[in-house]
Amino acid sequence: MVAVKETVEQVKQLDVDQYRYGFTTDLEVDKAPKGLNEEIVRFISAKKSEPQWMLDWRLDAYRRWKTMDEPQWARVLYPKIDFNDSYYYAAPKKNAAPKTLDDVDPAILDTYKKLGIPLREQEILAGVQMSKVAVDAVFDSVSVVTTFKEELKKAGVIFCSISEAIKDHPDLVKKYLGSVVPVTDNYYATLNCAVFTDGSFVYIPEGVRCPMELSTYFRINEKNTGQFERTLILAEKGSYVSYLEGCTAPQRDENQLHAAVVELVALDDAEIKYSTVQNWYPGDAEGKGGIYNFVTKRGDCRGANSKISWTQVETGSAITWKYPSCILRGDNSRGEFYSIAVSNGYQQVDSGTKMIHLGKNTTSRIISKGISAGKSQNTYRGQVSAHRKATNARNFTNCDSLLIGETCGAHTVPYLESKNASAVFEHEATTSKISEDQLFYCRQRGLSAEEATALIVNGFVKDVLQQLPMEFAVEAQKLISISLEGSVG
Amino acid sequence: MLEIRNLHVAIEEGTKKLLNGLNLTIRDGEVAAIMGPNGSGKSTLSYVIAGKEDYKVLDGEILLDGKNLLEMEPDERAAAGVFLAFQYPLEIPGVATMTFLKAALNAQRKGRGEDELTTPDFMRRVKAGAEKLGIPQDMLKRGLNVGFSGGEKKRTEILQMALLKPSIGILDETDSGLDIDALKIVSEGVNALRSAKRSFLVITHYQRLLNYIVPDTVHIMLKGKIVRTGGKELALELEANGYSDYVTNAAA
Ligand SMILES: Nc1ncnc2c1ncn2[C@@H]1O[C@H](COP(=O)(O)OP(=O)(O)OP(=O)(O)O)[C@@H](O)[C@H]1O
Ligand SMILES: [Mg+2]
Repeated sequence: MVAVKETVEQVKQLDVDQYRYGFTTDLEVDKAPKGLNEEIVRFISAKKSEPQWMLDWRLDAYRRWKTMDEPQWARVLYPKIDFNDSYYYAAPKKNAAPKTLDDVDPAILDTYKKLGIPLREQEILAGVQMSKVAVDAVFDSVSVVTTFKEELKKAGVIFCSISEAIKDHPDLVKKYLGSVVPVTDNYYATLNCAVFTDGSFVYIPEGVRCPMELSTYFRINEKNTGQFERTLILAEKGSYVSYLEGCTAPQRDENQLHAAVVELVALDDAEIKYSTVQNWYPGDAEGKGGIYNFVTKRGDCRGANSKISWTQVETGSAITWKYPSCILRGDNSRGEFYSIAVSNGYQQVDSGTKMIHLGKNTTSRIISKGISAGKSQNTYRGQVSAHRKATNARNFTNCDSLLIGETCGAHTVPYLESKNASAVFEHEATTSKISEDQLFYCRQRGLSAEEATALIVNGFVKDVLQQLPMEFAVEAQKLISISLEGSVG
Repeated sequence: MLEIRNLHVAIEEGTKKLLNGLNLTIRDGEVAAIMGPNGSGKSTLSYVIAGKEDYKVLDGEILLDGKNLLEMEPDERAAAGVFLAFQYPLEIPGVATMTFLKAALNAQRKGRGEDELTTPDFMRRVKAGAEKLGIPQDMLKRGLNVGFSGGEKKRTEILQMALLKPSIGILDETDSGLDIDALKIVSEGVNALRSAKRSFLVITHYQRLLNYIVPDTVHIMLKGKIVRTGGKELALELEANGYSDYVTNAAA
């Protein structure tokens, strides 16, 4: 964790510097023309100086995407997205418009103050500054590589942006890209294949335990710009890696699209632990603005005795459509999904997981904690299936919903499917409300209504928070409290 | 000093009054006992003092050391020194008792403009308090009141009171659910907190508790009013005769 801390500190410093010097430099915005067509796909590929095979892959995806339809099965409502009304490429620009904190909604400043982010950091996070440079260059994986390149290299670990990997490690990328989430997996994944711009690439060689936590901090900044990140993590036999992902976005009135694809591959005896704290801008109190978050995350336990564990804390986004899943292909492989999904205001969450048991003696565990407040809707959607060869497949699912107030909704949609008689699936689900009596009890002991709610909620999510690395757990706990502010009293 | 004057309370305006012109004064250092039949409004009184929102105060006032409690939020009242040991303590799953105690103590300190306690200082206080009340250490790691026996819940309430050091401690049937030994332990815990500044309002049905926590005054409550006030001998009288005298009087 020391490594992460160091990185975070350095990232903060860099931000501050960028901001300070930003005033004097006047640079062009490097943006693709608005809209989506083959030319844009070529533009993106050219900007990244990609090899021909990559461009061909993108074009193929784009042509397929044109024939596909948006999925309709999720319990989310939103106006039809005009895909031609977005920018699909915006490169870092160093120019910072000299705006001040006074231009920012004090509520946001307050929010970040409570997060314990220093003032200048606050300016960046609140979106005062066109902070593409700082964020894309810094909160992206690149800086982490820069910071710890030597140490990681010694261990044989590759950690770089996916753009770099395409150039420097084409064989690995060619072999694994799209091997977990096929190009035509779903509408948003296919779109991502065509227009993805950046993301992280991780390679852990055989037998190596990655010497530090790897972390990437994503941020959407440019107005009207979609973000399509692509992450690929490969864990060779007997290796281990823990990867952390964080995201934020500035407040904007219009909705912005974020459609990421994350692929994980774990070979024999390898373990990947992937943690996310998702805090994209959720929209304002009236439900205006916010990120549409359509994400495809999937891990392939390709080898025997491999393990993939997803932990997510979802507090942001206007719409969350996200099902980090595990394909349990190797015998004795294990998949885990730990989730906290908080919704408030007008947020809509449709999230869950898929555990696909293919190999023998495969096990999976799902712990999902949904918290709904305000006028939000929060759906857990989970699929557990056992293939006919998946002898002795085991799943345990525990899915709890907590309601705060009278105007929100919680829904649980489990799909269970077993083609092998020896498979055992256990499913537990509860829905509870924070009772007025519990709140009064806490307040009688001196806690404010908000402190009381936060305490009760923290108790509710404890099992999942424990899965997160310490620093993330603390950050996540704060985030959850902040997300629920204004939901009581 | 707690002063309650002409208190009228209902769930809503126009519905039956649960408290009906109640007067009660508890001086600094005084232990006042309230006895009364089921449904006479004892718990209601304790909730209204503590600020539960379900009740509507139609008239009257409640002053603690001259401060108007009715204008304060429940947490402000707590910070001002009101503590209520619940008749039915609530469960808070996933929140370790220790965590809850620390959050409560620090919230009250914050409310009074004091510094947070350091962790070692806090731990020392909790350990000492728990030991006195016969609460094992590992119970403090469990979710607050979750799966606690009736008696364990009551002990934990007293532990909270011992840590929070209120100026008025209201005990709502703390003796119910306690075995004989626990009754002694809990009473000793309360007695240890008695001081010239701290007052108590002890709600009970049984004289037995008052053998251990000896009250300065005993009040009989009926239909939302104090109908008689006396010394500790009043409790003995009730034990012998029950409420029939008062009930017929009130009916007449
Ligand atoms: N929230 C409420 N809604 C409706 N009626 C209530 C409510 N709270 C209390 N009451 C009623 O007010 C009356 C007084 O109740 P309270 O609990 O104060 O009695 P008590 O003296 O504490 O009784 P006991 O000795 O059984 O604990 C009862 O008739 C009860 O049903
Ligand atoms: Mg009662």
